[in-house]
Amino acid sequence: MMKGILGKKLGMTQVFAADGKCIPVTVVETGPCVVLQKKSVETDGYNALQLGFGEKKTHRTSKPEMGHFKKAGKGAFAYVREIRVDDVDGYNVGDQIVCDAVLAIGDVIDVTGTSKGKGFQGVIKRWNFSGGRASHGSKFHRGPGAIGCSAWPSKVFKGKKMAGQMGNERVTTQGLQVVEIRPEMNLVLVKGAVPGPKNGLVIISKG
Amino acid sequence: MNVIDRLEMEQMKKNIPVFKAGDTLRVHVKIVEGDKQRIQVFQGVCIKRMNRALGSTFTVRKVSGGMGVERVFPLHSPLVDQIEVLMVGRVRRAKLYYLRKLQGKAARIREKRTA
Repeated sequence: MMKGILGKKLGMTQVFAADGKCIPVTVVETGPCVVLQKKSVETDGYNALQLGFGEKKTHRTSKPEMGHFKKAGKGAFAYVREIRVDDVDGYNVGDQIVCDAVLAIGDVIDVTGTSKGKGFQGVIKRWNFSGGRASHGSKFHRGPGAIGCSAWPSKVFKGKKMAGQMGNERVTTQGLQVVEIRPEMNLVLVKGAVPGPKNGLVIISKG
Repeated sequence: MNVIDRLEMEQMKKNIPVFKAGDTLRVHVKIVEGDKQRIQVFQGVCIKRMNRALGSTFTVRKVSGGMGVERVFPLHSPLVDQIEVLMVGRVRRAKLYYLRKLQGKAARIREKRTA
């Protein structure tokens, strides 16, 4: 049984449940993914399937990449990612993986994506520091304040919250729920928000 | 049409009556209690419509026992069973927040004459 699938975040909307409650959902276009390579304990030390997802023009694909894609014979792919499986025996290179074979309505899933980049940000936006007052003679506005102690420990502790790059990192949102599946359009509707921008790659994994 | 618009179109109601702020409405709301279902009616003046495709809402205000009551209904919610337009009002604004400050005779809205 596959435990994950690749997809593209399309955006958010809402659906009305049977009891009339309005549920916020993220629409993810999943698959169809193609198995590009089987990795097994004997050859690689672990069991996994390499999946390809998203169209890519062949003239933009390098020759070594193209050679790898040719084994599956389903064209070139924009994204190639591995999904761990318990047993690779049931799968062949070139197999298509579709969303309704992996997910079911009500499944609890984790969704991994690359968060939106915010650039180099100060401590107020990045770590929710409160900052100082703006007026009344205050000279302390949005700075971090003191970052250490004195003779002891004579250093700044590792992991101190400071200004720096925010966003554009791998983020996993855990415990989301599958609200609806549309196999004919390869859509999965996930309750709540999912990391990343629209049209960004997301990896849905189960259990 | 993109996928999200199509998903929203599927859920949108097709037979919504034409009404706008100033109209007097009778809204039939489904109430689910355990396994029983009944219809409750909320009657008042529509003071606001917010148009956001599937997320559209409208606000109905009534005065109940001297206390103003406003309820916001999602236009496309399956719990909103039926909307009746009782009277088309003559107003010069899209959002009738000024009604909140008025009471009694001042809070009346004239009927729009269509001839």
